[in-house]
Parts: sequence; structure tokens; C-alpha cells
Amino acid sequence: MKNYDIVIIGGGPAGLAAAVAAFDAGQKNVLILERDSCLGGILNQCIHNGFGLHTFKEELTGPEYATRFIEQVTERKIEYKLNTMVMDLSPEKVITAMNREDGLFEIQAKAIILTMGCRERSRGALNIPGFRPAGIYSAGTAQRLVNIEGYMPGRQVVILGSGDIGLIMARRMTLEGAKVKVVAEIMPYSGGLKRNIVQCLDDFGIPLKLAHTVVDIEGKERITGCTIAAVDEHMKPIPGTEEHYDCDTLLLSVGLIPENELSRGMGVALNRVTNGPTVNESLETSIPGVFAAGNVLHVHDLVDFVSEEAEAAGRNAAAYVAAGGEETELNEIPVEIEGGPRYTVPATIDPKRAGDKLTVRFRVGGVMKKKSVNVYLDDERVVHRKRPVMAPGEMEEVLLTRAMFDKHPDLKSIKIKVEEE
Amino acid sequence: MEKRNLTCIGCPLGCQIEVTMEDGNVMKVLGNTCARGDAYARKEVTNPTRIVTSSVRVFGSKTGAVTVSCKTKSDIPKSKIFDCIRDITGISVPCPVRIGDVIKADVAGTGVDMVATKDVD
Amino acid sequence: MYDIVVIGAGAVGCCVARFLSRYKADVCVVEKAEDVCCGTSKANSAIVHAGFDATHGSLMAKYNLEGNLMFPGLAKELDFDFIQNGSLVVCMHEEDMPNLQKLYENGVANGVKELEIVDQKRLRELEPNISDNAVAALWAPTGGIVCPFNLTIAMAENANTNGVEFRFNTEVTAVVKNGDHWTLQTKNGAIDTKYVVNCAGLYSDMFHNMVSAKKIHITPRRGDYCLLDRAVGEGYLTHTIFQLPTRLGKGVLVSPTVHGNIIVGPTAIDIEDKEGTNTTAEGINDLIAKAGNTVKNLPIRQVITSFAGLRAHEDHHEFILGEVEDAPQFIDCAGVESPGLTSSPAIGKMTAELLRDKLGLEENPDYNGTRKGVLNPKKLSKEERTELIRKNPAYGRIICRCESISEGEILDAIHRPLGAKSLDSVKRRTRAGMGRCQAGFCSPRTMEILAREWGVDQSEITKCGGDSKLILGIPKDRAHKEVQP
Repeated sequence: MKNYDIVIIGGGPAGLAAAVAAFDAGQKNVLILERDSCLGGILNQCIHNGFGLHTFKEELTGPEYATRFIEQVTERKIEYKLNTMVMDLSPEKVITAMNREDGLFEIQAKAIILTMGCRERSRGALNIPGFRPAGIYSAGTAQRLVNIEGYMPGRQVVILGSGDIGLIMARRMTLEGAKVKVVAEIMPYSGGLKRNIVQCLDDFGIPLKLAHTVVDIEGKERITGCTIAAVDEHMKPIPGTEEHYDCDTLLLSVGLIPENELSRGMGVALNRVTNGPTVNESLETSIPGVFAAGNVLHVHDLVDFVSEEAEAAGRNAAAYVAAGGEETELNEIPVEIEGGPRYTVPATIDPKRAGDKLTVRFRVGGVMKKKSVNVYLDDERVVHRKRPVMAPGEMEEVLLTRAMFDKHPDLKSIKIKVEEE
Repeated sequence: MEKRNLTCIGCPLGCQIEVTMEDGNVMKVLGNTCARGDAYARKEVTNPTRIVTSSVRVFGSKTGAVTVSCKTKSDIPKSKIFDCIRDITGISVPCPVRIGDVIKADVAGTGVDMVATKDVD
Repeated sequence: MYDIVVIGAGAVGCCVARFLSRYKADVCVVEKAEDVCCGTSKANSAIVHAGFDATHGSLMAKYNLEGNLMFPGLAKELDFDFIQNGSLVVCMHEEDMPNLQKLYENGVANGVKELEIVDQKRLRELEPNISDNAVAALWAPTGGIVCPFNLTIAMAENANTNGVEFRFNTEVTAVVKNGDHWTLQTKNGAIDTKYVVNCAGLYSDMFHNMVSAKKIHITPRRGDYCLLDRAVGEGYLTHTIFQLPTRLGKGVLVSPTVHGNIIVGPTAIDIEDKEGTNTTAEGINDLIAKAGNTVKNLPIRQVITSFAGLRAHEDHHEFILGEVEDAPQFIDCAGVESPGLTSSPAIGKMTAELLRDKLGLEENPDYNGTRKGVLNPKKLSKEERTELIRKNPAYGRIICRCESISEGEILDAIHRPLGAKSLDSVKRRTRAGMGRCQAGFCSPRTMEILAREWGVDQSEITKCGGDSKLILGIPKDRAHKEVQP
């Protein structure tokens, strides 16, 4: 069995940033395992622009953003294996993986960083009634077909869900010669970025129907049409509001699910809200020495924050290995939430290990206007930030500093509260 | 007098902005809640621009790739989006391709080059 | 001129073909779809019934029991997935106990072995997740679960290897008597045969009524199902759980599948359209409402797909088997609905023997009744698997991440007898695309492999034959004129 200090599961944006950060923090014996034939993950098919504004202060496309990180990995000669599927992770940090050259093989790691990303929710998970013909694709599958394989999955398109990939694909399909007839979103607000609604839908006159869903799919071989209806406040279709659309394609952009089958298999505790691992301030999961970052942890809107989070995980994993895997006694304080946040990453904080700066990220459950985000250490308010609007589609963050924690040597409670402005 | 309604993309607030125009000049911007909104609205009604991204075919790839992604190197007028796409229709480029390689110079007469956004061997 | 033509390549048709392949005869199976197992056989509860339910003395009771007894041996000979997990019919109300007793007695009369009525305590030992309201159950250890695709494909492959011809995409439009033989009009020309076996499922009434004055009638009875994630299946349930019908109606069954998912269903809705396999909101909502009746803590939200199948319900709820009285040389296997899947091997065997006697068929000296399924590397040890990959690296490349299906398995499915040509036919043979992401990840990759192996462009690959095209062109192949805003 081969030994590595740090093994990174997945060579997408999170895995690449984690590997570079771990290397730069002094751990040179790092291995990235990637199932696809190249590094970069989903960014390779995200050929639109809008990446990197925070990280590189310029607007890049997905492949360009990925290339910047891939170059950092190759400059450092960090080892990676492509076309390699991780089949199993054990709590003892034995990785079982498989590829064409090595067969089924095992690796012993001192630390593991989980960066497997997420997958798209499928039609099946939504119980959309109707037939099951060809021509129903998740937006990401359609994106791969158009951008990588060079094929058009369809011509007359209806899109269900206004997640960013769906919006991006509305524009891509339109530019490449398809007619996108409508985007239906079951929620009363869009799950995508405002910028994408304007530049991917409004620019092309594509209507967005909020509080609408698909209630029937027609076509026994290839989809020939679908019916869209308005929904009430309980998301139940309202009879009499049905509208029929002829179409040969239905794209689904109805949510992303962190891909944690491997994490679950190794016994990592998962959070029911995020579907990702529960992590502490070091982005360390319930298994010491196993870290997580990026969309496998919680689904992000911007890759820039994935990279930032993964760099932290990489540094923390390096520190764990440097300490010989010995963990000092932890004093994990749960981050309490009130008034809007549905979860926080991290879920617990040990002030001693919080570093100089600690970013806490969360999402709210509904659209909220004229609010403020506040952080209380015991009863002292240490952060107060006005938020004219917050929406579930946009991740929020607060920054905690060493100085804040130093003032509370006997800290008992950490609370993030959304309050009236 | 002409009125244009826009959604600001500056932040999640998505202010509904109403711009009053006369003879192509902005007379009034209403509904924005910050200076960025004002600037966005003025640009959007007088000279809206976009980066166009797409992909074109490649040949001779060692990795079996069939496409390379591309973009306009900078913003082009919004009204020229489809002209850019038409202008790269049917293009096929030889491998290897490097990021920044020109796929089509002065695409659709915009004065902007369409360049590759991926390395393809 | 064939000796025998079987109409329909579902479970029954393929079982008939396989048992016929024991004999020297020219046999052909004609099927309107692009593959075997595309109708009723592909969407059902996948249960091998013990045989206590069918009315004593009926053909259903007879063939159910015979079929059930054949499964363990056939699963070994033909290498398909079958587990004798046992069934429990759960009684939810004390007042219904006499009905449970009646069911027990019917089962004993039918000849079902090992039947037992178990009390609440024993029931909970057998199945910890049974509802707290359950009072007792009929336990049938001989009940089982099977992969209906596997079963049908195994029968078809074995028949094909032993010389039976299969014609796909060949819809029969008319059956006409021509002196001493039948002529079948099909979309691919006429076929002459001495004998016809009608295994046309939902359409078996149509073919029967073409040749007989004594009409029969089949109603498509739709059953909606939900399939839950394998993550739920692990350890949740061992037995197949039926609900004893109450005065409030029939419940739905909850069962593990041979692949570790949980299946919930079916509804029973009579419809007109013989192709009406569309689920409805009412159907699915009904399932979700009833799913938790007999079991507790069922995470119904972890559904990975819902689908509907159609049972071929004959007006008298009975199989119609054997030579048609006023149409000699025309054999019916009609009205085969539940327990049809269980009965199919017994029906196949009986029908083959009937034809042997009618035609005076001799044994096929080259007959080999065993078949190996698509190699499943998960059943190998690590060392064996590494050795397999060394010999054939395609087994080292995972294509379907959810079910861990390798390229090697997909190639096997493509290159074996009656090999897979479409995404769904690969899925039925290997499970690629059957997992929680429902082929989002693997479909472009599987399409690429199919195109390469069959030497066609990817745009020719379909989901399930016919017009189920997956790709409708290439980017920028239209001049955009019509799409400019």
C-alpha cells in the first residue's frame, strides 16, 4: 500500500486550491485523485464568463479559472492521478481507488480532504408526473453535451428551475440555435444570480415564470410538450392555470446536492440542511484529519469562495499532518443561529484554533429585506452589518477575527442573528 | 421622451430602475439605491455591452477533444451578440490551441478578437 | 416458414422461447420494440409471489406455485438476480384477522409451503421497521424478489444462443390464416409460420380477437411506483411487505429490490391507452400517502425515480393459456398479469411442451440451458478485480458513478447475444444510469461508447429505440435567423 500525507478526493476547483495551499504550507507529499480525464472539474464545461472577480480581480471563463489553478499544481509538481475513481474511504483513512492502469488499489493517508463537489437533482427526485421520454436533461448534462461534446440536445426548450446552470444554459442554447420558450421556477423568487437573469434571460426575451412548475410531460419516445401551472404558497399546482408548451427538450436546474456517498461510507457526520459534512473551524469533519471544502461541504454560488474555503482546508490539513496527527483537546462551541440563517459553515468553533481570521458562511431560508447580520460572542455584539436584502440564492458571510476572540477568554456562546435593520 | 425599465445587476437587491431618455441622452435615473446603479443604468441604455462566449470545433486533438471554448477578448455591443456567433459558425481550428489564441480576429467587425479560453492538445 | 413465431419479447415470450429452444424447431420471436423487456415486464413490482393470493383452483394459482418453485434453479442456471427474502402480509386491524386466516388457508390449499401466521412480537423480530399498528402477519418464506430485466434478458439470451431468432422493431399488424399456416403482416414484411404463440401482453386481446370469434378483453391497469435510494435500502427492510386489504381498500407494497433499493407501489388505475405509462400527480400522491401504512420511518422523500407500468388485466382476472378453440395452431398466453412474472417460467415450460407434442419436436442435441450474465466485478475479490482490469483495462474505468458500473460491463452488455443498442438497453443489462443521479453523469459517456462500438455517430443513439433520439444536431448548425429576438 502506498502512503501519502494528504490525499485530496477530487481535482475540481476545491481540490486544486486545497492541494496548492497544503503544499505551500509545507506538506509536499500530496496526491490528488480525479475521476475525469483532466483536472478542473465542472469548470471545464462552464465556458461562460464571470469567474475570478474576487480571486484574480478580473473576469475569467471557467476553463481559464481552472487553468490558473492547474498551473499552480503543475508548477509545484504536485502528484495527481486522472481517470481514477475513488471507490471507498475507510475511517482509518485507507482510500480504495480504481483506474485502468493500477486496477483496484489502496492508499494510506495521514489526512484526507474531501472535495468531491456536488451533483444535480434529477427529475426522479421531484416526482414530476408524465411520461419518461428522451429529451429530459439536467442543465449540467446539456451543458456538457453542448460545450464539450459539441452536440445540441434539443431545439425547442423549456427549462424548469432558475438555478444558475439553467439560466446559463438558456443563453447557451439560444446562442447555439435553439429556442428557449420559458423558464419556470416553483419558488416565488429565482435561485440564480440577478446578473444571470438579466444577461441570460432578459437579453434574449426569455420569460421567467416564478411560482410555476411542470405538471405534465408528454411524448412517449422523445418529449413533445409539457404543461406548466402556477403553484400556491404550499407549492401545490393551482387547477385552471395550466399552460401547454410544445417542446422537444426539458432542462432541469432544480438544485444541487453535495456528493457525499464516500463521506457517509467512511462514517463522517452529515448536516441535514446542507447535505454536507458537519465541520469545525478547521473545516475538519467528525473524523479527525478528514477535512472538507467546496460544494461537497455546502453548495456555493461563486467559485472564488470555493477556492478560498479550500485553501483554508488545505492549510488546516497541512497543520494536522505537521502536528503528527495529534489533536490538542478541543473546545468546540456550537454556532447558534437565529432569525434567518438555515445553517453555518463551520458549525462549531474552537476559538483557540480559529486563526487570525475566520469566515463563517451561511444561507437564509427566504428573501429578507432591510435586515442586519449580527454576531454575538456571549452577549457582546462583535459584528453588525446592514443587509438591505438577503436571498436563499446568495450565500452570506461574516468575518471573525482573533481580536474578537481574545477579548473573550472564557467564551461560552457564539450566536449569529439576523435582526431588523 | 422615452422611458426604459431595467433590473440592476450590481447586487442581489435587483433594483428596478426607470431611465428617462430624450434624443439618446439620459435625462433621469429613478429607482436605484446606490451610485453603482446609476452608472449601470446609464451605460445599459446608451451603450450596452457583453462578453460573448461560445465554442468552436477543433481538429487533430491528441486527447480526442472536439471543441475549444472561446470568448470575445473584451465587451462587444450587445446588439452584435448574434453577429459574433454567426461569424464563428463553421470555424474549425487545428490543435494544439492555447488560451488567448485568436480564433477569429475582429469578430463581426467589432474590432474585438474571439480568443480561445482553453488549452487543447 | 417458421415452425413457431412468438409475438412479444416480454417475460412470457422470452420464457416460451427459452423452453422451446430445448427442441429442434425453427423459432422466431417478433417484438415491436428495439429490445426485449420493453412493456409490462419492465415496470412491475419485481416480486416472485409465494402463491397464497391467487384463488384456489385457478390457472393463476397453479402457475404461480409452479413458477415460484422453478425460480431458485433457474436463477442459478441463467445467472439472474433472485433473492428468496420472504413475504409478509400485514394485518393492521384485529377485526381483519379472519381475512388473514382465509388467506393462509387459501395458500395452504394452493400448496404453498412453510406458510405461517405470526403474532406481533414475532413480526417485529422478523422486521423491526414494521408499523406499530400491525397486529399480525402471514409469513411466506418462499416469496422472493427478482430483477425482471435480468430474468427476461437471461431467458432471451439463452434462447438465442440455442438457436431462437429474434426480430426487433417488428410490429405485427395482422395475423391471417393461409391454408395450413399463418401469415403475420409486420412493418418489416410478411412472416409465415405453422404456429403462433400470442405473448403480446397488453395487446394479447388484439391478436386473439384477430383469429377467434370468442373475444377477450384486456384493460391496461396502471400501477405507479416510487423507487428509493439504495442508501435507504441498506438494512431498512428484509421482507416484501404487503398490506392485507381492508374495507378501506388495498394498500401498497413496500419491498427491497434485488439491487438494494426500496420499491413502493403500485396504484391500480384502469385506463384506455395501452401505451399510457405516464405517472400522474394523483397516483404518486396516493402512493406517498399509503407508503407509511405498514412500515415506519420510511424516508419517502429519498425517491430517485417514479414510474408507471401497465398490467394486462383480463376481464375475468385469469390467465388465458393454450390453443385457441376456434383457431388451431394459435396458442394464447394472454391476460398474464400479477402473478404473471412469477408464473412466466411455468407458462413458458407448459407452452413449449404443448408445442413439442403438437409438432412432434425432437430434443435439440446442442441445447445448453446455462447462461452467464454480465460479469459483475463487485462480486469479485480485490485481487480478482485487479487481475480482471489488468487483462481488460475497460473494467478499471467507471462510467456510472452512482452504481459503480465500469466500461467493461457496458462493453459486455453491447457485445453479448441480443446486445444493447440504446441507453435504456444498457441500463437494463448493467444498471448504468439506474442510480440516484438517474443517468445525468453517465449518459453522455454511455452514448459515446455505444456510438463507438456500433460504428455510428452519437446523434444516432437513442434512449429506447424509435424516435427517442438524444441529440438533435450540432451547435450553430442553424443560421439563428429564427431565434433572434
